[in-house]
Amino acid sequence: MDQISFDISIVEYGFFASAILVILVGLYGALVKKSLIKIVIGLSILESGVNLLLITIGYIQGGTAPVFSPQLLKDMPLTLENIKALGNEMVDPVPQALVLTAIVIGFGVTAVALSLVIRLYRHHHTLVIDEIKNLKW
Amino acid sequence: MIIYLIFLFVLLALMVGAAIYSIMQKDLLYAVIGTGVISLVLSILFFILQAPDVALTEAAIGVALTTIIFIITIRNTVRYEDEHDRKENK
Repeated sequence: MDQISFDISIVEYGFFASAILVILVGLYGALVKKSLIKIVIGLSILESGVNLLLITIGYIQGGTAPVFSPQLLKDMPLTLENIKALGNEMVDPVPQALVLTAIVIGFGVTAVALSLVIRLYRHHHTLVIDEIKNLKW
Repeated sequence: MIIYLIFLFVLLALMVGAAIYSIMQKDLLYAVIGTGVISLVLSILFFILQAPDVALTEAAIGVALTTIIFIITIRNTVRYEDEHDRKENK
């Protein structure tokens, strides 16, 4: 194995640091707050931070978007070596596909959690989790 | 180049600030608007990180649909975080 060199510029440090800060803020909101809607807001913020972290891991410095457009292939023949050389300059598409799925699943999770919140409020007439003590609805 | 760096770090600081604001805010409607600001800045950051498809999805789902279902929930329940304390004080 070759020696792996960590050459991360200040821009990527900024992205990593702010993504981790957003994750920590969302985790604080989901763990400490007493209101049920505030807990769901905290989970939503945490999910946004995780998405930004995954996209930042797949980014390479000076890369292009992972799309083989006709303008990109215009002046070169479509050989395997050319496609490999173009692919080395591109951003990693696998985390982007994962995050695209995770955004949609996160929206579904938020919708289900909020419907449960509305149902709990109709039964208990409060959203403070200290007041909701009994286990059956 | 330095203008680009300043723009980028202003966006990142805006995102972290909006996250802290929407956790600390007692009025839940303002907190939901804060999460909308987070998603908007996040879609611009995805575009900068060369992920245009993710940016489009985040702009559609994060800004519009999530805010709408949070507002529907607040309309059906309570608007303030400490609703119980307010009732006891009155």
